[in-house]
Amino acid sequence: MLNVPELRVERGERVFLFGPSGSGKTTLLGVLAGVLSPQGGSVRVLGHDLATMSDGARDEYRAEHLGYIFQMFNLIPYLTVLENITLPCRLNRSRRARLGSEPPKEAARRLAERLEIVDLLNADVTELSVGQQQRVAAARALIGAPELVVADEPTSSLDADRRARFLELLFEICGDSGATLMFVSHDRHLLPLFDRGLSLPELNLVGHVGNAVNGSSRTGRGC
Amino acid sequence: MLTALLAAKSLRNRLLTTSLTVTSIALSVALLVGIENVRIGMRESFSNTISQTDLIVGARGGTIQLLLSSVFGIGSPSNSVSWETYEHFAAHPAVDWTIPYSLGDSHRGFRVIGTTDSFFEHYRFRENRRIEFIAGRAPRGDSEAVVGGRVARELGYSLGDPIELTHGLGPMSFVSHEEHPFEVVGILIDTYTPVDRAVYVTLEGVEAMHEGWEDGAMPMPAFGAMPGAAGPGAVTGGDPPVEPPSQSSTGGEEQEVEAITSFFVGTRSRIDALQLQRDVNTFDREPVMGILPGVALAEMWRSVGYAEDALKIVTAFVVLVGLLGMIVSLYTSLNERRREMAILRAVGARRGRIVSLLVIESGLLAIVGCVVGVALVYILLFLGQGPVERNFGLYVPIRPLGTTEILYIGAVVAAGFLLGLIPALKAYRNALVDGLSLKV
Repeated sequence: MLNVPELRVERGERVFLFGPSGSGKTTLLGVLAGVLSPQGGSVRVLGHDLATMSDGARDEYRAEHLGYIFQMFNLIPYLTVLENITLPCRLNRSRRARLGSEPPKEAARRLAERLEIVDLLNADVTELSVGQQQRVAAARALIGAPELVVADEPTSSLDADRRARFLELLFEICGDSGATLMFVSHDRHLLPLFDRGLSLPELNLVGHVGNAVNGSSRTGRGC
Repeated sequence: MLTALLAAKSLRNRLLTTSLTVTSIALSVALLVGIENVRIGMRESFSNTISQTDLIVGARGGTIQLLLSSVFGIGSPSNSVSWETYEHFAAHPAVDWTIPYSLGDSHRGFRVIGTTDSFFEHYRFRENRRIEFIAGRAPRGDSEAVVGGRVARELGYSLGDPIELTHGLGPMSFVSHEEHPFEVVGILIDTYTPVDRAVYVTLEGVEAMHEGWEDGAMPMPAFGAMPGAAGPGAVTGGDPPVEPPSQSSTGGEEQEVEAITSFFVGTRSRIDALQLQRDVNTFDREPVMGILPGVALAEMWRSVGYAEDALKIVTAFVVLVGLLGMIVSLYTSLNERRREMAILRAVGARRGRIVSLLVIESGLLAIVGCVVGVALVYILLFLGQGPVERNFGLYVPIRPLGTTEILYIGAVVAAGFLLGLIPALKAYRNALVDGLSLKV
């Protein structure tokens, strides 16, 4: 159960969410991603009220405006790296439209170059190392420059060096596109790298004020 | 399009479970098509036991009885047809050819059929196949016999072997025609019809061995000039009752044929058959009747056709089991695919997309299963047709899919798509419960 009186995040902010397991981090992300519905209150993201949207409209919102990176096993095993990266554009027309005239393959190549995985584009995802997989997942989350990037402990399976490099690249690309980054981790060492840190156990009691992401969900139902 | 591509790639990714599912559907479809082919083969073997004969004429009585006794060699003929009547119809303007049959004797459990060369010339089975010899020739003399392929195989006969016929049809032969032995002069090629299980002699041969039996009983010594012969117990024989058994009666004295059991008629034109049947049935000099083999066979098939229904029920269950197997495998694969579903949801796949992904997957499984199953059955039919015919006497035709099979296969594919909805809805519920968390 999650009870957040109020939470506001600015557009373009890099937010670090932390807390022990079971404190509701993933549930909060689910609410932000429009996969879970709050039982009460409202969730406004980028001007959309997720709490009152239909399931279909939330799917649409998620596809168009959101990039999501999981802790691990991000990739569809039967697609190549390139197919995985372009998947959001192929699944959803409005995400594709965000690329403008650039073909999805080109956009994927450009991101892959920045994430240093361009040599792997035609590889089988099962051949990749964990670090490479996470970069592919980042490329997929970032394709079409979504306004909100949600990362659920994406670095927990990486060693310290690769973790730093991964974050560096992620910040760089999010900074270029002006995306808001919601980053969840239990590793507090990363906290200084972010604009702002939120402790989830405290969030249940304390409200923060901003203007881009306005969450005043009272209870998010998780699993 | 993308969904179908994802479905196909996903299935290929899980090659082992996919191929197991496809195999189970393929086997059930193969069984279904195979059973259907065997069923039709049974029916066709049955109705092709005799072909090109337009009318079977025998003493008035039961239709099936006449069919069974003349074509299938089962049961006894009720009465005989006089030679005059036979000649009368043989000369009928509509008649092209006739094959007389004289039944009533047997040889070690096999029937003896007295007939003429016309049998070897005109008898047809399975469309247009005729009686052929492995060795030898048709019987000419009244002590020559031709044996069917099965008789020759089971009793180990070859050309020149002497055989002894017995009076009566029961397997327990009671009175032997030992005084009139026959010689095997021909062996027939297997037809896989009742033709294989009979011994063929000339009509004169039948008359000759019944010489002196006109009253239906064995001639008593008092009637003949045989002092030594004392009924059936006489092993050494002695003099034949009236005249010595001539090796060939063609050139010599003709045995007078007085009656036959039935005869087959081929008409000059198929249309004449009905008119001829009316003429036979209204014949006032002797109570005879004519049956159209096709009609009589169909009538008989209906009376034994419940076996077909049993096969159909079995088939339906086979298909049902195949489809259940498909649901089970799709359903169990859902758990290992929860992560995949969560990823798809996270990158913006709509609910409809996830549902249609699974529905298309199960539909694809059903389609591939059907194609493999049909291919399998044709390969098996191609390889197994000969051995099945040789061992079971059942000719299974290789034919294009009939409407029944197409309907069945259509139902399997449709059920594949429909049943895909069950795991699809379950996956959707999972996605709601799981949210974006990844349950490993």
